[in-house]
Amino acid sequence: MKANPNYVSTTNACKLCKPLGACLAFRGIDGTVPFLHGSQGCATYMRRYIISHFREPMDIASSSLGEKHAVYGGGANLKQGLKNVMDKYGAKLIGIATTCLTETIGDDVPMILNEFRQEMAKQKGKKKYLPSLVSVSTPSYSGTHMEGFHAAVKAVIDQLAMNAGFIESINLLPGFLSPADIRYLKEVLEDFGLPGIILPDVSETLDAPARRDYEKIPVGGTPISDIRVMGGAKSTLEFGRTLFHKDTPGKLITKRFMVPLHQMGSPIGLRESDRFFAILEELTGRKSPKKYLHERGRLIDAYVDGHKYVFGKKAIVYGEEDLVVGITAFMAEIGIRPVLCASGGQSGRFREAIEEVTASLLPDPPIVHEGMDFYEIAEEAEGCAPDLIIGNSKGYPLARQRQIPLIRVGFPIHDRFGGQRILHIGYRGAQNLLDRIVNALIEKKQEASPVGYSYM
Amino acid sequence: MIATKPQAIFEERKDQIYRKGEAPFDLACNKESLAGAVSQRACVFCGSRVVLYPIADALHLVHGPIGCAVYTWDIRGALSSGPELHRLSFSTDLQEKDVIFGGEKKLYQALTELINRHNPKAAFVYSTCIVGIIGDDLEAVCRRVSQEKGVPVIPVQSEGFKGNKRAGYNAACKALFRLMGTGDTNGVSPLSVNILGDFNLAGEIWIINNYFKRMGVQVAANITGDGRVDDIRRAHGAALNVVQCSGATLDLARMMKETYGTPFIRVSYFGVEDMADSLYAVAEFFKDKDPQIMARTQELVREELSVLYPKLQEFRDALSGKKAAIYVGGAFKAFSLVKAFRLLGMKVVMVGSQTGTKEDYEELQEITDKGTIIVDDSNPLELSSFLKEKDVDLFVGGVKERPIAYKLGVGFCDHNHERKEALEGFVGMLNFAQEVYNTVMSPVWRFVPRKEDAHLRER
Repeated sequence: MKANPNYVSTTNACKLCKPLGACLAFRGIDGTVPFLHGSQGCATYMRRYIISHFREPMDIASSSLGEKHAVYGGGANLKQGLKNVMDKYGAKLIGIATTCLTETIGDDVPMILNEFRQEMAKQKGKKKYLPSLVSVSTPSYSGTHMEGFHAAVKAVIDQLAMNAGFIESINLLPGFLSPADIRYLKEVLEDFGLPGIILPDVSETLDAPARRDYEKIPVGGTPISDIRVMGGAKSTLEFGRTLFHKDTPGKLITKRFMVPLHQMGSPIGLRESDRFFAILEELTGRKSPKKYLHERGRLIDAYVDGHKYVFGKKAIVYGEEDLVVGITAFMAEIGIRPVLCASGGQSGRFREAIEEVTASLLPDPPIVHEGMDFYEIAEEAEGCAPDLIIGNSKGYPLARQRQIPLIRVGFPIHDRFGGQRILHIGYRGAQNLLDRIVNALIEKKQEASPVGYSYM
Repeated sequence: MIATKPQAIFEERKDQIYRKGEAPFDLACNKESLAGAVSQRACVFCGSRVVLYPIADALHLVHGPIGCAVYTWDIRGALSSGPELHRLSFSTDLQEKDVIFGGEKKLYQALTELINRHNPKAAFVYSTCIVGIIGDDLEAVCRRVSQEKGVPVIPVQSEGFKGNKRAGYNAACKALFRLMGTGDTNGVSPLSVNILGDFNLAGEIWIINNYFKRMGVQVAANITGDGRVDDIRRAHGAALNVVQCSGATLDLARMMKETYGTPFIRVSYFGVEDMADSLYAVAEFFKDKDPQIMARTQELVREELSVLYPKLQEFRDALSGKKAAIYVGGAFKAFSLVKAFRLLGMKVVMVGSQTGTKEDYEELQEITDKGTIIVDDSNPLELSSFLKEKDVDLFVGGVKERPIAYKLGVGFCDHNHERKEALEGFVGMLNFAQEVYNTVMSPVWRFVPRKEDAHLRER
């Protein structure tokens, strides 16, 4: 549902374009170079946008189409570009995402890739080397970066996964989380003694340690050999409540390989984390390790310690739908009233998902709007007088205008340091968010006071 | 020193790389970027957007899918002393049905809605890749809205795939030129200039404005930093165009010369030498109309330098002998940087640009030392190999170049349009020196793996 009045124009969008999401997903696969089939600008803009958040290299190749290619088709440039990426990057996988330009001129990318594979197979002499080529259709005029992200994950599974026999691993499809979040998931799986194939895995590729050299392709990411055996996994766990009704990557694995699927929300806040750990206990037949029970206990202790600072405060939450659902779930638990949940995305299930996670906790359900931009969010804010806002850094103008704290979560965070290291999920992530929110509110109160309390 | 891996360089790009002294100078440029090479270049739209963006009382509507608008929202540090309409990101956010049935109706509605809401002095409507393919008649929609609303509504032919950034500069200049000649030139002094090609990053145009004021020269229009539509409309009344930057607004200066006879000079406000030369060139131009202007300008330069030089000396002592690499958008800026590094006692060992011209590279070849690598339209693999080969202490570039430097344990200075430090003018030279000093002298480099061994050996 869109806000009223239904403006035609968009001002300060609360979404990004589809190919950007695909590039982010490809970046979480081992040895992969994301490749945009389109004009050079798309790749450059997205690189700049992504680098500014992660402070990591983000090489995105482009077929660099010019005017004549727009008329006669971009196939030749795409093939030349692939060859160049193979030569210089030695990629194991090239993730090819289309753009508005190539979708509209009607380039048939799967067909061009088949031609390319045949041409390469015919080449004589040279040692045979052909990386996996995965293509995904991502015209930016339909859907947001999140649709692009999930489409890329699905394309990878569709084009690579097989059932090569039963494996002990589970598939974990986390959606778009921070490198810190993915590291946390790995730790949890390891502590449960549960091998997992996390796709994509940006924990190292988008937050890399200092190394001896400039890595052409960042080390890390989901191994391709793992993706190939995902069809034999004992179970798939997929995050994202607004995906429940969609043809998700997880459902594709189920449909094709009969792997049982557990869909759940992003584990943000106490109860969504409880659901996550409950599923892990069910899958492993093991109790949650003491470490996590302690984290949970400390979190509840902190909920109690902090409750008076936050109770009744009104918040606007915005950003990707599934992130907003998770953050809203958490806000409702600590007594903050989410008054507006907004996203540029339009899954059609946003409101329902918000209601699921806030049921029984909120006196009034929040206003929930899909397809919103920051102009509309600011207009709505006039009516609901929020005490704080939570989302990516693009809400800063609103926070500044209203002189209220902005708690930065998600992507992008272009005006602070360490966005790639923000932990959102699990008990530990909730603890981190709680500390930041409570402190932001205390700081606001302290700064606003003429007394200058040094004891809050 | 780690030897360069020759495989970093594409066969097809070998003629776009030159090492001074190796052979007679010859460098290919102005070519389409090589597919798959991960060029650092942007597109036509980007070129237009960066030039027009700082016009603060105009509405900038991007006609296309959401990406083009969202990646250019509030992206430059281009400041305004008044209205800030330019800092909002407007888009028609084209959807699939618009692509199928055409986006003209949506454009008309969006334009009308936004003009009603914001009452801008003018509107620029940027064309994107997709608009070029589906063939929306921007010209017709803009004409209609302009008539209905009584403000100039100007289409910018900036379809991304129709060339590189330079083509976008040209499209922006054409759009600006349509505004020109429509305003009243009463009150424009005979001793007046237009500042072209300065975008008021971190308030830089105010520094330059202040110099001109002290010289007794009126600035008729800022084009486009802290720009205003009404100033641009009467800019043809100015006596001289002072053009900075590699060519972002050079086409506009040429158009104005042809139509209005306005002469232009090319200048740079980066570095002490170029900054002083620029002011002297303006003084020289006006010396017949105002015999005192040269003396005032000399006094200004003297004053500024007397403050600057002692402070600069401290930086020079620390930085002398350090090695720098430069990779910027336009080559013109690189000229000034080469000179600025010389003033700091540093050696430039690599210099390149995204969109330099033959003449630009010839000039670079003239002013650089033997062995310097000169490169056109480079990419991360090449740049990283050059940084290692030359074992540099500092890399100057933009956001996309920053991780290349940092991953190699090399200092970095942002000289792109996102910077928040004023680098123009005499004071800008000091800021630049400070920034170079802050990064080069940081203790963190000794801990990075590539340098760790060397430091262990030293101990």
